[in-house]
Amino acid sequence: MNATKDRENMILAEAKKMNKEVFNEKNLIKDGTEKQEALKKSPKIVTLEEAIKKSGLKDGMTISFHHHFRGGDKVVNMVVDKLAEMGFKNLSLAASSLQDVHEPLIEHIKNGVITSISTSGLRGKLADEISRGLMDTPVVFRSHGGRGSAIATGELHIDVAFIGASSCDPMGNACGFSRSENAKSICGSLGYALPDAQYADKVVILTDDLVAYPNTPNSISERNVDFVVEVESVGDSSKIASGAIRDTKNPRDILLAQTAAKVIVNSGYFKEGFSIQTGSGGASLAAVKYIRQSMIDQNIHASFALGGITAHMVKLHEEGLIDRLIDVQSFDRVAAESIMNDPKHKEASANEYASADEPGSATHALDIVILSALEVDTDFNVNVLVGSDGIIRGAIGGHQDTAADSALSIIVCPLLRGRIPCVVDKVTTLITPGKSVDVVVTEYGIAVNPNRPEIAERLKAAGLNLVDINWLKERALKVIGTPAPLPFGDKVVGVVMNRDGSVLDVIKNINA
Amino acid sequence: MTINKAFAGTLESGDIMIQIEPSEEGKLNIELDSTVAYQFGEQIKKVIADTLKELEITSANVKATDKGALDCTIKARVTCAAVRATGKDVWNA
Repeated sequence: MNATKDRENMILAEAKKMNKEVFNEKNLIKDGTEKQEALKKSPKIVTLEEAIKKSGLKDGMTISFHHHFRGGDKVVNMVVDKLAEMGFKNLSLAASSLQDVHEPLIEHIKNGVITSISTSGLRGKLADEISRGLMDTPVVFRSHGGRGSAIATGELHIDVAFIGASSCDPMGNACGFSRSENAKSICGSLGYALPDAQYADKVVILTDDLVAYPNTPNSISERNVDFVVEVESVGDSSKIASGAIRDTKNPRDILLAQTAAKVIVNSGYFKEGFSIQTGSGGASLAAVKYIRQSMIDQNIHASFALGGITAHMVKLHEEGLIDRLIDVQSFDRVAAESIMNDPKHKEASANEYASADEPGSATHALDIVILSALEVDTDFNVNVLVGSDGIIRGAIGGHQDTAADSALSIIVCPLLRGRIPCVVDKVTTLITPGKSVDVVVTEYGIAVNPNRPEIAERLKAAGLNLVDINWLKERALKVIGTPAPLPFGDKVVGVVMNRDGSVLDVIKNINA
Repeated sequence: MTINKAFAGTLESGDIMIQIEPSEEGKLNIELDSTVAYQFGEQIKKVIADTLKELEITSANVKATDKGALDCTIKARVTCAAVRATGKDVWNA
């Protein structure tokens, strides 16, 4: 008997049964190169052009971007410029949102490089041109939760995701901040990029700080990353707290914020362990300051704050008033640094944040949300996307998601902005259905949705000034006169999706 | 009535800047640039014209740069510009 031979035959037989090869030592490569040196030559590190070529991107495919750098973003323009230079045409751009800074896309649309767009919002010149009919295919607008769902279900398929990150190691472990001394940028949470990283066919990380392996704790895992591109800058962090996100000094905003805080405190939901989110917009952000005082006075603590995390929220957390922060997007540098340093400040993906079909999404656990609005109508429908001049000038953001899932949604808006009424007969564009809107706070009084009589009773008992929403509309008209109708055309330039994937409204071109 | 070059108002949101110049055409020419022109352009021009007529100004070139001012603001700014242009005090007269 030859024991070794026998065993070899048995290995061969078992391998055959399993339909496998027998181990061959020749296939094992042993590399004694010092690892620090070896890692620098990671096959994932390429130039942007190489990444695009190797990704297999073709005309007609879908590329995606996040907007964590908001007005300071440099990735969208850099990548689309490169794609144009390389001769790509007919691409679909799936951004989590677009800002004023993305004005150069106008030329790329005119030249046929980009022929369709999906986003949460549009601002500036790009929004202006699209509102006037720049594109043949309507822009598809989704909420943040809705975008997460659409990506997860495959309704929005991403071929190549281009993700700006403030640090990344040669394997692709990436973060919205950097712990290295060479840190150039910081955006904090990468929440809106996480579904892209998970579901896109190919993922390219662009980073302005290529750090040593392992870049942990990381928000995007190397497992999901195909290419790493080192660039001069992914974004200007100082421009994150710009645009919609600002710290208000406007006395009317402060009055609105104080009133909103009173509504919260007397709503019946202001209890030990409650949870809260504030949207962008001066008044809703400022309300946090006033809620803080009530929390201290009444010794009430929040279990978590959701958002859209700001320096205000971080302060309350550090003071022990809010136990945890769940952060899909860091609204300023303080928040971005907090998510880097504080394990109780959790990064959440768009799906974990607000998707309707994700039972564990944080909005499902949300008590109170304060939101802003461009317009509210007498049925409590809200528009946050299209200005009263018919031009797109905003974003759905998490408006639909948080209003629908929260126990109490509060819209804070002035009655008039200049001569433009904010309480109207019918919203220009429907973004958040009135059924999910509970309270509207204006400087002329508070209107409570008739669906929520219990809230109206509590606020009345607290001595707050409750008014009928129709009265607010009439009050506005009395001051401004009757506006002439807007000169809308017949071309559909935008389609507004509800978070459940149904079509909510269309935006027509404006001939102004 | 002699009209000199004058202006009133600012370019702040919610305000209107009114610039008045003499005209040789013997009528009011109102040139309006407004952030709310489509909804309120005609109404704004009417308030400017009515206010000037009340002040007996029937010939002038008026340039109005509007940032969403309400009628009361427009009336106040036009009156102020007219007083400065004519030197005729309408408040203490």
